[in-house]
Amino acid sequence: MKLELLTALNEERAARRAAVVVTVLASGEQRLVKAGDVATDPLRGEIEKRLRSGKSGTEETADGNVFLTVFAPPLRLVVTGAVHISQELAPIAQRLGFDVTIIDPRTAFATEERFAGIKLLAEWPDKVLPGIGVDAHTAFVALTHDPKIDDPALLHALSKDCFYIGALGSRKTHGARLERLKANGMSDAQLARIHAPIGLDIGAVSPAEIAVSILAEIVGTLRLEKAATQ
Amino acid sequence: MQQEDLLGTAAAWRKEGRKVALATVTQTWGSAPRPVGSNLVIDGEGNFLGSVSGGCVEGAVVAEALDVIESGKPKLISFGVADQTAWEVGLSCGGKISVYVEPVG
Repeated sequence: MKLELLTALNEERAARRAAVVVTVLASGEQRLVKAGDVATDPLRGEIEKRLRSGKSGTEETADGNVFLTVFAPPLRLVVTGAVHISQELAPIAQRLGFDVTIIDPRTAFATEERFAGIKLLAEWPDKVLPGIGVDAHTAFVALTHDPKIDDPALLHALSKDCFYIGALGSRKTHGARLERLKANGMSDAQLARIHAPIGLDIGAVSPAEIAVSILAEIVGTLRLEKAATQ
Repeated sequence: MQQEDLLGTAAAWRKEGRKVALATVTQTWGSAPRPVGSNLVIDGEGNFLGSVSGGCVEGAVVAEALDVIESGKPKLISFGVADQTAWEVGLSCGGKISVYVEPVG
């Protein structure tokens, strides 16, 4: 791989834009196809298919076997609540490869000291969420327990196609939440997308254990549902 | 999900003046430990980051990468478990993989 191609590829990745590297295996000839340029590429059909599935692989073409390496934008985790669980959740999620953003308008919670090295927005979620570009590569988690903060964020997440939505709270808390969200125009089908009580049932007690149960559920949703649809 | 920014590392190493090769899993059969598209970044000293097989054949891939760095020509290599002697460079899980090794620069 030429350094210029690698540098251009890394620029696309940094900007959260999808790209594909096409390698002719016999000759080693290579080109970068940015998501915006797929339409003019001779292999556009194959590239589009690969971008949709997110899977790299070999295609047989007139030039012989060609390997398509897919670079999808990194997964993102958006959390409302700069709370104790989030402090454990954020670094583990980063280890899993998630780009993590935490939103909490309460400036006593959203401090650099509590969240060193994590993207932190001390704003109301309804104000900042539209600018984040929540998409199909995003998992959303509501952890504040405060309807004033979590509800508007959940309404936003439910209006987007994020691959996972979870909300902290007991069955009773969640029941009340569903009533409020319904009163805001959400259908039962939309509300069924919310994982609550949040996380896999592993009997988690400590904040770190709860973080593991949430992330296990997120990874399971990503990997198992994706596998089931392929 | 990629834990490490291997391609960022490859570019950074090259810019430091190191010789670099990139290995990519192009095909898997059976229970291969790492999916297609997984990378290993290798420098001219044999230092490496990432994995193409979870540890089974990395040693052999690094050796091939040093060849590729020398020759400047990419290579497609296959690994599997053929017989007892293949153990050292084979996949203990019984899977098979193809790895494309190319120079960076």
